[in-house]
Amino acid sequence: MHFSDFIHQFWPSTIDGLSLGAVYALVALGYTMVYGVLRLINFAHADIFMVGTFAAMWTVKTMGVSNLGGFALVGAILLSAVVAGAVSGGGAVVLELLAYRPLRKRGASRLAALISAIGASIVIEQLFATIVVPRVFDLPKEKGKIAQAYHFVHRTDLIDLGPIKISNDRVIIFVGAILIMVALDQFVNRTRLGRGIRATAQDPESAVLMGVDIDRVVTATFLVGGVMAGAAAALYYARFEEAWYFAGFLLGIKAFTAAVLGGIGNIRGALVGGIALGVFESYGSSLFGSQWKDVVAFSVLILVLMFRPTGILGESLQQARA
Amino acid sequence: MSGGNGTGRAGFSLDPLRDRWAAAPGWARWVVYLLLVAGALLLPSQAIGSFMAPSDTDWPTMLSDEIGIYVLLAIGLNVVVGMAGLLDLGYVAFYAVGGYTIAIFATKYHWSFWETLVLSILFAALAGVLLGAPTLRLRGDYLAIVTLGFGEIVRKTAQNMNYVNGPRGVQGIPHPPSLTEWTIPGLEVQPFKYGLLDSRPYYYLLVFFIVIAIIFVKRLERSRVGRAWASIREDEDAAELMGVPTFKFKLAAFAIGAAIGGSGGVVFAAKQTSINPDNFQFMVSALILAAVVLGGSGNIPGVVLGAFVLSWLPERFRFLADYRMLIFGLALVVMMIFRPEGLWPSRQRKAEFAEGEGGMGSLAGPGAAATEVTK
Repeated sequence: MHFSDFIHQFWPSTIDGLSLGAVYALVALGYTMVYGVLRLINFAHADIFMVGTFAAMWTVKTMGVSNLGGFALVGAILLSAVVAGAVSGGGAVVLELLAYRPLRKRGASRLAALISAIGASIVIEQLFATIVVPRVFDLPKEKGKIAQAYHFVHRTDLIDLGPIKISNDRVIIFVGAILIMVALDQFVNRTRLGRGIRATAQDPESAVLMGVDIDRVVTATFLVGGVMAGAAAALYYARFEEAWYFAGFLLGIKAFTAAVLGGIGNIRGALVGGIALGVFESYGSSLFGSQWKDVVAFSVLILVLMFRPTGILGESLQQARA
Repeated sequence: MSGGNGTGRAGFSLDPLRDRWAAAPGWARWVVYLLLVAGALLLPSQAIGSFMAPSDTDWPTMLSDEIGIYVLLAIGLNVVVGMAGLLDLGYVAFYAVGGYTIAIFATKYHWSFWETLVLSILFAALAGVLLGAPTLRLRGDYLAIVTLGFGEIVRKTAQNMNYVNGPRGVQGIPHPPSLTEWTIPGLEVQPFKYGLLDSRPYYYLLVFFIVIAIIFVKRLERSRVGRAWASIREDEDAAELMGVPTFKFKLAAFAIGAAIGGSGGVVFAAKQTSINPDNFQFMVSALILAAVVLGGSGNIPGVVLGAFVLSWLPERFRFLADYRMLIFGLALVVMMIFRPEGLWPSRQRKAEFAEGEGGMGSLAGPGAAATEVTK
């Protein structure tokens, strides 16, 4: 236990936790929405995120920029988020069409769908490891990490309050993530399609009887989840500037943990769970050392579920007026 | 629990075979069992290996290091997932507990293989109880993520502890002591002499474990415990209302599954003589679960078949080099699409499946409803 480190590092680790938590929350939204509608743990969602990090890296590489700050940085991140969102969103829709829809039409068990998801996850990872990365990025066909492939962020302290210093990239990540989540909340609550999603989550059979086109709802859910994951990937790339075919795995588990922590199927729960997990993890790593941060994160999950078996905010897309 | 008729599904069916099996007299079944065991013992022979293994790989080593271990682990996970209907995504944790128990007690305290085997099984079962006691009140997917987290906690803890050398792992785990130097006449095999050179004794040891595990699990399945598991799997609330102490039986399923996983870890560690945290990645849990589901969750012959196929395929097709895992992933998706109930499902499960209710709830809701209504 390093209490003095914890006290010293309190503000920096809070801010790190918030910005990482915002990324977790965005990815968690994809898990939670698909779970709400289909009751499926979409394991390949982590790899949809990974695809997004490569799309963001490709955008930065194509723009050929470096050392960006101020509004130019905001613009670059926005552009990479749009590209990554489009690529990931498209990827998620294709994933649903190929790996889940045939199973759904045959009325397969959820366990079968879970295995199909794991298979799809392997396929996407290997596709990038063996074909996409070597061809698109002229990088060797190595399985290791492509660390800090293309830098473009010039980090400065945007806010300086003595002990509290917040760098520009963290501000952009946090604000960006919150804006995207507000937009999603509005989409789910205000639009016709959003109402379809909520209705399907509540009771699929009644929703069909009321004229909801279930296939459209499922496609929309995957599309929205994919776009969120892509946007999260662009923000993640701005923060860590690395892409790796296996990058989605741990982040995906964390995001799913965040979704469960907040109450799976609950959109606001994903936000709360993501931020909480990010902050706990950050505190855990300054208290016990960074090698224990994953252990802290999963222990928090087990502890929370022991006392609140359906997560912090409880489950279901419809009840919390998503 | 009447089986009902598994009707209506097109494609290859094993039902005629099953009917004959059900009607077969006791002695005929024993003949089949003995033939199966004999077949398993003859499996490492060169004649079979020349077809089953790629030319540069030792077939008995494939059998002991990959196939045998996976079959044993799949039988253990089947107790949890297939019989009790609890989704466990961190099964590798128990395998790791078994492996690390022998690693610690054999290298630091010089216990013998057989002593550590008993201890490892006890520790793994204890780990199952420790994980299960606080978490088994959770339902379905909450349990899944908690078990996944537990698997990662175990792996990360092993990675961070200097006591077990962190990421480098433990080396120099002794082979089991040889029981006898006896050689099978005519063949140059010493089936009870465990060493570095010959993998076959380990394979025979695994076959022994697998047979014991199958007998044990099969007996349980037909007992009060097995019926309790089936009722929990079908409808936990109804089971509880009928007076089944669901928590107790779920805990038992966890402990028994964990014990079998732990025994797998012991054999693995003794065979490899070294283990490290990377041997216990999430992917192992995912592959064992895939073996259970692909084979036919709940049906032991199916599960054995599934584990055999899934551990054999990537090794046999090593010549695909970089594309090996890509094709493996595709195969998983395609197999699930074409046989979502598994290669060899139990008849009872097939009936449930035909009714549109998988044992663990159903994804059928939206899709099936849509196709029926929009027709």
